[in-house]
Amino acid sequence: MTLDMVPKNVMARVTSVAATDAHSLRLMEMGVVPGAPVRVVKAAPLGDPIHVCVRDYHLALRRAEAKSITVTLHDSSDPD
Amino acid sequence: MSAIAKTLNHCSPDPSQVGGAHSLTIALAGNPNAGKTSLFNSLTGLRQKVANYPGVTVESKSGLWPLAPQMPPARVIDLPGLYSLDATSLDEEIARDILLGRAASLATPDVIVVAVDATNLVRNLYLASQLIDTGQRVVIALTMFDRVERSKLIIDAKKLGEALGVAVVPVVAKRRRGLAELSQAVLAAMTQPVAAIRSVELSQEPDQASRHSKLIKRYAFIERIVSDTAESVDHERPNFSEKIDRVVTHRIFGPVILLLVMLLVFQTIFSWANLPMSLIDQVFSALADSVRTHLPAGMLTDLLTDGVIAGVGGVLAFLPQILMLFFFISILEDSGYMARAAFLTDRIMRAVGLHGKAFVPLLSSFACAVPGIMATRTIENPKDRIATIMIAPFMSCSARLPVYTLMIAAFFSGQKVLGVISVGALIILGMYLLGIAVAVVVAWIMKRTILKAPAPPFVMELPAYRMPSLGNVAHSLFSRSTVFLKRAGTVILAISILLWALVAFPRAGSPPSQGSRALQVQNSFAGRAGRLIEPAIRPLGFDWKIGIGLISSFAARETIISTLSIVYSVGDDSDTNSSSLVDALKNAKRADGSPVWTPLTGLSLMIFFLLACQCMSTVAIVRRETNSWRWPAFMVTYMLALAYVASFITYQGGHLLGFS
Repeated sequence: MTLDMVPKNVMARVTSVAATDAHSLRLMEMGVVPGAPVRVVKAAPLGDPIHVCVRDYHLALRRAEAKSITVTLHDSSDPD
Repeated sequence: MSAIAKTLNHCSPDPSQVGGAHSLTIALAGNPNAGKTSLFNSLTGLRQKVANYPGVTVESKSGLWPLAPQMPPARVIDLPGLYSLDATSLDEEIARDILLGRAASLATPDVIVVAVDATNLVRNLYLASQLIDTGQRVVIALTMFDRVERSKLIIDAKKLGEALGVAVVPVVAKRRRGLAELSQAVLAAMTQPVAAIRSVELSQEPDQASRHSKLIKRYAFIERIVSDTAESVDHERPNFSEKIDRVVTHRIFGPVILLLVMLLVFQTIFSWANLPMSLIDQVFSALADSVRTHLPAGMLTDLLTDGVIAGVGGVLAFLPQILMLFFFISILEDSGYMARAAFLTDRIMRAVGLHGKAFVPLLSSFACAVPGIMATRTIENPKDRIATIMIAPFMSCSARLPVYTLMIAAFFSGQKVLGVISVGALIILGMYLLGIAVAVVVAWIMKRTILKAPAPPFVMELPAYRMPSLGNVAHSLFSRSTVFLKRAGTVILAISILLWALVAFPRAGSPPSQGSRALQVQNSFAGRAGRLIEPAIRPLGFDWKIGIGLISSFAARETIISTLSIVYSVGDDSDTNSSSLVDALKNAKRADGSPVWTPLTGLSLMIFFLLACQCMSTVAIVRRETNSWRWPAFMVTYMLALAYVASFITYQGGHLLGFS
């Protein structure tokens, strides 16, 4: 599943970042690499961009970019 | 002020050239929001100066850091924040070039101090590890260490340093903790030999796949080190920042808060700045008066009062607004709110083909397009950046306000709609909205024609909220206002003197009195130019006297008021509320006895001022920021054309509809 489909506040882990566009490098430099823990925090009021927590910090990205990030859901899903 | 000026003067000679003693050059690098600026301010105090990097448009902040009592202080360069050596924005390119010694006429730094945010180790160490691999002398300053101590996170700085092969010094910049240790680490690093700089950028790799694999390897290496030396935080639990975001970027509260913040900023700029502005105005008119009474009447006195003092006063009058705007922007940036504003507005900005990051520059442009255009540097995509620069001057800046105020005072004062809403307020609101609407349309067209590009990625860090530091805000206020005064000040002063000359020559002869002053203006170069363009501007409802005002206002919009005051010989009182100028405008008659000025003329003039690019400072800054004359020339041309057409439609259309 890709990051844009992950429900809110569910822990996930990055499995791959599509190598097609130039912005994939920027995402990866910022720590979105295979194995990194991610969690979708919320979407902006108009539905896009989305706010995610990657590793120990927060990142905003558009759904179009989130589509290029493939993730797997954690087994221990809901933190609350 | 004078103490600061002294300190700055004191540090301006390069210490390495004074007395020949070798002084170190230290580059301060780090990710955006890693606490680099706080560290820089703590290391250098007020011994800072802002200058332009040679050949490029980004200003460099450098300062002096007293490393040890027996040696000359080191020169520290505060670089723009960057995530890696593979730059994607102009800011990042400059930082990278300086770090790798590729910047022409800037020496390779002796030591690189990398600010690494201790609360976000893995990502921050990516840049640090790239820099270490270049073979340069690197010292890591582990910033925000107090937060680590307060949280469950445990970092063994010594062990981390051993694993990376460089010194790692925990610091708390605000409390000046760890600064002495940092000096020692830098001095110790100097004892190491340094080899030629190795290139570690991913752009060296032949294809995307190998770039990815190299990047993943580096991250794996960092993750291994961090898991050995630090106990990670629990990122499943929402932290403090996220709890604030529950309100600040809430579906409903988020936009409401954003509107309230904008309202507060505007309220401050437009009403609370009035007092200091009129104070400055009064001081300068008093100064001009006293010069006039104490010096013999003549050309030199005229040059001093009407050229120099009026010019300097005209620039300084904007300082309160600019300072207030920068004060807010600094607080909003320092606290982390600006990134949220971009997050909230990105979807709207994207509708016109722009980026959420364009929101801040455009908001700034409501005060003044100059700082707004300077703030576009964070936009990575060059075409997006140009599009944002091109529409920034449509945001109705504070220099238009005196024009609006004068026109409303003359033609719409006291009028009410539905008994309560003042027509003047509605017109001003309408001007702001019209400016935004035109900007949206122009951006939309440009992004589909000359600046066509695929939608740029929007990947932006949402930094942790923090209490804005008063020191950082003060530093940023000081450096930004210095840059504004230097850039805008010199241009406006020069233009004021030039304008004065255009109005003062050729001389009519007789000593200046109120009546002959008007005669002087009529026969001056400016007066002749006004008559020359009269046929072109008559369809807009303007006569040659307004023409002189238009010509002079191409330097800076607000000069039209002082010009009109001279043309209508109401003295040098360039106060917008001056009833004499308002009366003069109302009573001005054409040859056939009909009034020159009607409400429709006033409206047409306001629209012209909204849309035309009448600002030398903006032109100068666009020239610097785009590094060509092409864009500023294009901007002036298309904005002028737009202003002409819009004024034409307003005036002629208004006539057809039976207004006058």
